[in-house]
Amino acid sequence: MTIDLKTIKHISKLSRISVDEEKAHKLAKDLNSIFDFIEKLNELKTNNVEPLTSVAETTLKLRTDKVKSKDIREQIIKNSPQDNEDYFVVPKVIE
Amino acid sequence: MSNITNQSLSELVKNIKDKKLSSEEVTNAFINRSEKSKELNAYITEDYSSALEKAKKFDQKPNLDLKLPGIPMAVKDLFCTKDVLTTAGSKILDNFVPTYESTVTQNIWDEGAILIGKLNCDEFAMGSSNETSFFGNVHNPIDKNLVPGGSSGGSASALAGQLTPITIGTDTGGSIRQPASFTGTVGLKPTYGSCSRYGIVAFASSLDQAGPMAQNVKDCALLQEVISTYDPKDSTSIDFKRNNYSSELTNKIKGKKIGIPKEYRVDGMPDEIEQLWQKGIEYMKDCGAEIIDISLPHTSYALPTYYIVAPAEASSNLARYDGVKYGFRAKGENLIDMYEKTRSEGFGAEVQRRIMIGTYVLSSGYYDAYYLKAQKVRKLIKNDFDEAYKKVDAILTPSTPSSAFKSGEKKDDPVSMYLNDIFTVPVNLAGLPGISIPAGHDAKGYPLGLQIIGKAFDEQNILNIAYAMEEKINFKNKINDWWIK
Repeated sequence: MTIDLKTIKHISKLSRISVDEEKAHKLAKDLNSIFDFIEKLNELKTNNVEPLTSVAETTLKLRTDKVKSKDIREQIIKNSPQDNEDYFVVPKVIE
Repeated sequence: MSNITNQSLSELVKNIKDKKLSSEEVTNAFINRSEKSKELNAYITEDYSSALEKAKKFDQKPNLDLKLPGIPMAVKDLFCTKDVLTTAGSKILDNFVPTYESTVTQNIWDEGAILIGKLNCDEFAMGSSNETSFFGNVHNPIDKNLVPGGSSGGSASALAGQLTPITIGTDTGGSIRQPASFTGTVGLKPTYGSCSRYGIVAFASSLDQAGPMAQNVKDCALLQEVISTYDPKDSTSIDFKRNNYSSELTNKIKGKKIGIPKEYRVDGMPDEIEQLWQKGIEYMKDCGAEIIDISLPHTSYALPTYYIVAPAEASSNLARYDGVKYGFRAKGENLIDMYEKTRSEGFGAEVQRRIMIGTYVLSSGYYDAYYLKAQKVRKLIKNDFDEAYKKVDAILTPSTPSSAFKSGEKKDDPVSMYLNDIFTVPVNLAGLPGISIPAGHDAKGYPLGLQIIGKAFDEQNILNIAYAMEEKINFKNKINDWWIK
């Protein structure tokens, strides 16, 4: 299997990372060598194997649905690149 | 007290408790040495003046019942520290000042330790040589041209260089054990669920685990005792009975059954590593342990599995860096353009590569072929260990397939870089504890490590085995302070 430039452009769009031509070529080369390496898994038959989703063999604990953090608006906004003290500000989305 | 920074944690704690040293004296000593050690590039953020204030305050009313009374300590910059810059080695977080503290670091401060700075690491802990950090490469105290390993490279370098008496790292595929091995120090990756992940910048959530790094096994056990707590804030934190790892530490391991997995004898492994392993087996026998040959048949599938699972989880975790809520933002013509430019300019090459791999293996049409397949193979890898542990109490392997390599040597070949983690990755996939201890030197005089892998939640057992081995090995790290002018 080879990953072509068209696929790279597609993944770049899905992952919201812009890539120029030069970067796309480099990524195609790297990803192809990594996927060659990953293909090794196809040697194994796994039809009857249960997928492992978590190594922690415990059921998730339930907690009461109670608010623990109060009045933390300032803390949440504190690290935003742009805000108007009440909201995060982003480039205009509606014309 | 002629020299402070070459004392072990246990010695420093004793001297502070016996009032032979004050916290201020100890803190000052490590700060002075850190200031002379800028060339290692181990720190991203220094917090010296605040540390000295805290040390003075500790001395005014010292609580000597604490486990880390007034002990200065630098930590990997992947742990969120309240009001102190936390970057994860990335440009995208180069202005991020957390408003909360990670559970692991909070546990450490609660036992009396004092933060002196945040340590360099591979960007988002993705790397095996500390060459992917936005804040530059870290050098190995053993030799300037050598990488310290990664991703906890700054932690390993600062520890081996005696800029901090102990430290913590995180280990997703080997990021504590491999740098420990490359710098002649001890590093423990605890069982998944042992240490809380709350407040640790996430990489691959089903694999990430914080752990202690120290000059010796006893110090490592003490730090593990401090950081390992059940935490309701991490839904995968496990509520099990934790030992008092340091006080229960014993070198009596007679009769323990130690497995030697034949699949870890990989093609192209240098003779020196094989010899080290054999030496390790002899030491085990000297300690009265019983050696048993075992098989972990799916070992060679661990790295390919890891390079699906870890990037898949990373691509989901790192979706949060969008230039809106925190971190770096690039200017864009519209919202989508802003996202794309922020992530393209904010993430380094290796992180982008892994996000791309992860996005691809999770994308429509490929999920079953890659991600589901990898989860199934992960099950087979875990089954291998479960089978082996019916016969043995622990497993002995080399920590890495080579000693530390030169910087730049593997930077342009991702697959050869990934092969570094061939002996450590299976342990993360199976969620087990593993410890790397320094066990000898290669012909060039660089340190080599042995890894002891335990059953889940059996940290005490592998610490005991490591403790017994350490006594036999009697390793001396060769640090000549090359960076101090």
